[in-house]
Amino acid sequence: MNTNLNTSSSLKFNDIGMIFPDGTEALRNISFELSKGEFVTIVGPSGCGKSTLLKIASGLLEPTNGSVEVDRERLGYVFQDATLLPWRTVSKNVELLAELHGTDSHERKRLVKESIELVGLEGFENHYPKSLSGGMKMRCSLARSLTLKPPVFLFDEPFGAVDEITREHLNEETQQLFKQEGFAGLFITHSISEAVFMSTKVLVMSARPGRIVAEFDIPFEYPRKPDLRFSADFAELCGKVSVELRGSHS
Amino acid sequence: MSTVAENEEKTSKAIPGQPSRLSRYVAAFVPPVILGAAVIGLWYYITFGVLAEKRRFLLRPIHSVIDIGFLDGDNRSESLNALWSSTEVALIGLSISIGLGFVLAILMSQAKFLERAIFPYMVTLQAIPILAIVPLISFWFGTGQTSRVVVCVIISLFPIIVNTLFGLQSAEKGMHDLFTLHHANRFTRLRKLMFPAALPAIFAGLRISAGLSVIGAIVGDFFFGKGEAGIGQMLKKHANRLQGEELLACVILSSALGVMVFWIFGVIQNKAVGRWHEANSATT
Repeated sequence: MNTNLNTSSSLKFNDIGMIFPDGTEALRNISFELSKGEFVTIVGPSGCGKSTLLKIASGLLEPTNGSVEVDRERLGYVFQDATLLPWRTVSKNVELLAELHGTDSHERKRLVKESIELVGLEGFENHYPKSLSGGMKMRCSLARSLTLKPPVFLFDEPFGAVDEITREHLNEETQQLFKQEGFAGLFITHSISEAVFMSTKVLVMSARPGRIVAEFDIPFEYPRKPDLRFSADFAELCGKVSVELRGSHS
Repeated sequence: MSTVAENEEKTSKAIPGQPSRLSRYVAAFVPPVILGAAVIGLWYYITFGVLAEKRRFLLRPIHSVIDIGFLDGDNRSESLNALWSSTEVALIGLSISIGLGFVLAILMSQAKFLERAIFPYMVTLQAIPILAIVPLISFWFGTGQTSRVVVCVIISLFPIIVNTLFGLQSAEKGMHDLFTLHHANRFTRLRKLMFPAALPAIFAGLRISAGLSVIGAIVGDFFFGKGEAGIGQMLKKHANRLQGEELLACVILSSALGVMVFWIFGVIQNKAVGRWHEANSATT
């Protein structure tokens, strides 16, 4: 797989197809690219292969067709679960990736402090995951990836398990981070309002085999305020995405 | 951002309506004390109420067990020496089991074919009744301390291997993916992911094996019956001579040894994993 990048895009899918060994066709003809300053969200029904696409982007899975162009050295990746190591405190969890990358300990401490501040977990550095709420675990997981200063950040439906209010807060924080850190973001969800609220572009994926069936540019200015969700334009866009999503589902 | 975190902090602090420390201690200690008193009562009842005087050697009253078994100087030093001898055997056996068990479990966790190759033999070893191989052990290793240690190892090895292996394989797939994404090598993965994830299971195995190693030491001593006297030989001697008090004293000592090693490993477990392990915090 080619990891050289042409200058404009940070992540590029070239005609990705994925057929699992049991014959299930998960993805077909997926091609799109995203660049620095773009936050693309894929919405689609459950089991349509969204997560598979992220696994292919990260190299955890090899596609059966097509190729991916991305720099995998410093890839941000937040999983559906926070995947925190329960025996490590918040700050040790945040430190993990820098440790795996062999960053020296002084620099690691600095990165950890910075990332913990970015996600608002100051004061919880010495807490173990078992004493954190779902939302805080996810913040910790975000902070862990932020230590890498990732040019590309993959989000695999990270806020699916937290309550509505926390989810909205996390959406607001994520789009702030996106603006502040300037990564290229690829986000997976099945919440339409989450997709529209955070993204520069929303892609609608069909049921299996997953294909991109619609594309919406989201024009709202950043930083986006929470009450954007109550505006008519927002509702209209959500409606359009919803229609496409329903169409793709049948 | 911080406001949400602060709100969450408030809810994660002590929950009102939780029972106080004192009442939790009372709740923990009163039931076993009541049951213990009932057992002692039953013991006296059987000794004096059920057994005829000439059959009373079958169950001596508890005060004379303490008097003769523990307070009599000669008996006490003899029993304590035997206890020490058995403790020594159990500790040596357990240490060998831990070392051997860890190495085998780690090997099996690293390659599926090694697991497939080794595991059936471990199950077989575990399934052999210890009585069936005692003659073989004395044939090969004599009847001294070495043989008792071998019995200990055979009895206590299996739970260590099974629990360690299970623990090493217990890290979630998502965590493995995380390590894969960041190019962790085999050793890093073992050290930073698999081994810490295995600790709760390892300690569960250690507590079982520690108890079994005490049993192994006593059983070995009982059967080989030669060399430096351990608790097993004392049990045999007192039983043969119908010395009820001394016999019961030895039974109490050997179970105290078992309880003690179990407890010690419990304390170590708490120190090692109590702070972070979900299931552990409930029992401390």
